Amino acid sequence: MKRGLQTDALLVGKRRREKVFLVLAASALLFSLVILFALIIDAFLDGLPRLNIKFLTSFPSRRPEEAGILPAMVGSIYVTTLTILFAVPLGIGGAIYLEVYAPKNRVSSLIETSIATLGGVPSIIYGMLGLELFARALQLGRSLLTGALTLALLVLPIIIVAARESLRAIPQSLWEAALALGATRWQALRDQVLPVAFPGILTGIILTVSRAIGEAAPLIMIGALTYVAFLPDSILSPFTTLPIQIFNWVSRPQKAFHANAAAGIIVLLAITLTLNALSIFLRSRLEKRSSSKAF
Amino acid sequence: MQDNKRILKRAKREEAFMRRLFFVFSFISVFTTLGIIGMLLFESAQFFRRVSIVSFFTDTQWTPLFYEKHFGILPLLCGTLLTTGIAILVAAPLGILIAIFLSEYASPRVRRLCKPILEILAGVPTVVYGYFALLFVTPLLKRVIPSLSGFNALSPGIVMGIMILPLVSSLSEDAMHAVPQSLREAGYALGSTKFEVATKIVFPAAFSGVTASLILALSRAIGETMLVTIAAGQMPQLTLNPLVPIMTMTAYIAQVSLGDVPTGTLEYQTIFAVGLLLFIFTLLLNVLARKLRQRFREVYW
Repeated sequence: MKRGLQTDALLVGKRRREKVFLVLAASALLFSLVILFALIIDAFLDGLPRLNIKFLTSFPSRRPEEAGILPAMVGSIYVTTLTILFAVPLGIGGAIYLEVYAPKNRVSSLIETSIATLGGVPSIIYGMLGLELFARALQLGRSLLTGALTLALLVLPIIIVAARESLRAIPQSLWEAALALGATRWQALRDQVLPVAFPGILTGIILTVSRAIGEAAPLIMIGALTYVAFLPDSILSPFTTLPIQIFNWVSRPQKAFHANAAAGIIVLLAITLTLNALSIFLRSRLEKRSSSKAF
Repeated sequence: MQDNKRILKRAKREEAFMRRLFFVFSFISVFTTLGIIGMLLFESAQFFRRVSIVSFFTDTQWTPLFYEKHFGILPLLCGTLLTTGIAILVAAPLGILIAIFLSEYASPRVRRLCKPILEILAGVPTVVYGYFALLFVTPLLKRVIPSLSGFNALSPGIVMGIMILPLVSSLSEDAMHAVPQSLREAGYALGSTKFEVATKIVFPAAFSGVTASLILALSRAIGETMLVTIAAGQMPQLTLNPLVPIMTMTAYIAQVSLGDVPTGTLEYQTIFAVGLLLFIFTLLLNVLARKLRQRFREVYW
């Protein structure tokens, strides 16, 4: 009888612990969601009054109420476009080599090690490389081209990893069918494999775009200006970007500039979060498609 | 016949060309890695020719931009240690709890809903986190801790913890997800509750994966620049007090590049010495994390 009571007490205690843990874990999750919303709402409250057409179409100014983000937006669009133009072909090509062609030898494993290493290098160190290699050694200066090349090196490992994953997900039968008909590997890739792998690769590219748009540290390293009162007219022009403009405004003591920073943040968040949501949506659709195919 | 041969020949030539081209593309990664290492070593060597390595690691002041120059890395190391330490203290418990919840408790629907939202947290640009730390979290904390200065290690540390949280939770969840179902069922068969299975079976089995996720998060935190440049201040101090302005290694590098320091000078070379140390830390952490993840793969796959 006494034993039974003890077991009962034990079970009650266990159940209570179960509940406490569940509440704790759920509130951890809730906490991080609350932070995300606080972040967005904070930016909206501070920045929304400043966000209007004039803000989007004006140059920065010493008077906060006249300042705008036009050169920063144009700079961001240029740099990101150039970065993607450089990094996507290189990344997909590199991924194809490693997944399709690479023999198992020392050179291949050297490449693998390099990519794994580069994935963990802080972005500011890429900025130092860009400064030494592109801005100084190749004498490209603080230009759009320097910025784009630096960011391209930064995102290259991300694209390679994403592209390899989608290449690996291609069913072997697709390859074999093409090769059995006498296609070379490149022909099989071009006409059969890449079109099927493309949506997966695209998901990775969208995430890369979002990353490149939000990146500030490497561009500050290569000397992208924090105050630009003109639009870049060639790939060798100096430039600024949205995150750098925001950084510049946040670092000033005046409250009015902080409002500008918040308005800039609304624009930046709108772009990056839309891109993130888009890639998540695309991926979930892909997953659904491939799982329905399997059964 | 003649035509066929020509087509075949062309296809073969194309194949050889593409193969070589793709090889060159993938080899860019090797060049980049060598470029980074070479640049850091070369410029640091110049630096260490003029500043002794001993004083670099033992001097307690960092004032390369002042008239009286000191090159002691300790204050910067201390600043980095403070912010990343606070970040891990925030991210580890939250991240592991969330991972256990998503992997062991949540229904597929909840998981499908929550994971993308956590991923969005990872997609927020770091300048935005900087703004949030400086103008939202610091004023909020000031109400509780009146002695907190406007720039401090505490607030960017906490926000950095939120920033690396998705990394911890998603990699830890992957590790827990990989724990074979049979282990859980063995636990249930012995009459364990869900909590006991989660904490006494799944968590220990996934431990090396969870540790790897923490190490990767740490490495990300050490390299984070904008957040600490904006919210932690620009004052290299040898202190473990999280309430006063400090300076991290990354913030120093950013500060020098924002100013007008001529290339080739000793001041300019300092950023490469600091960068080299930063690179070594992150590299070691990444290698360690990779080793750990391989280990948990070997056990179960």
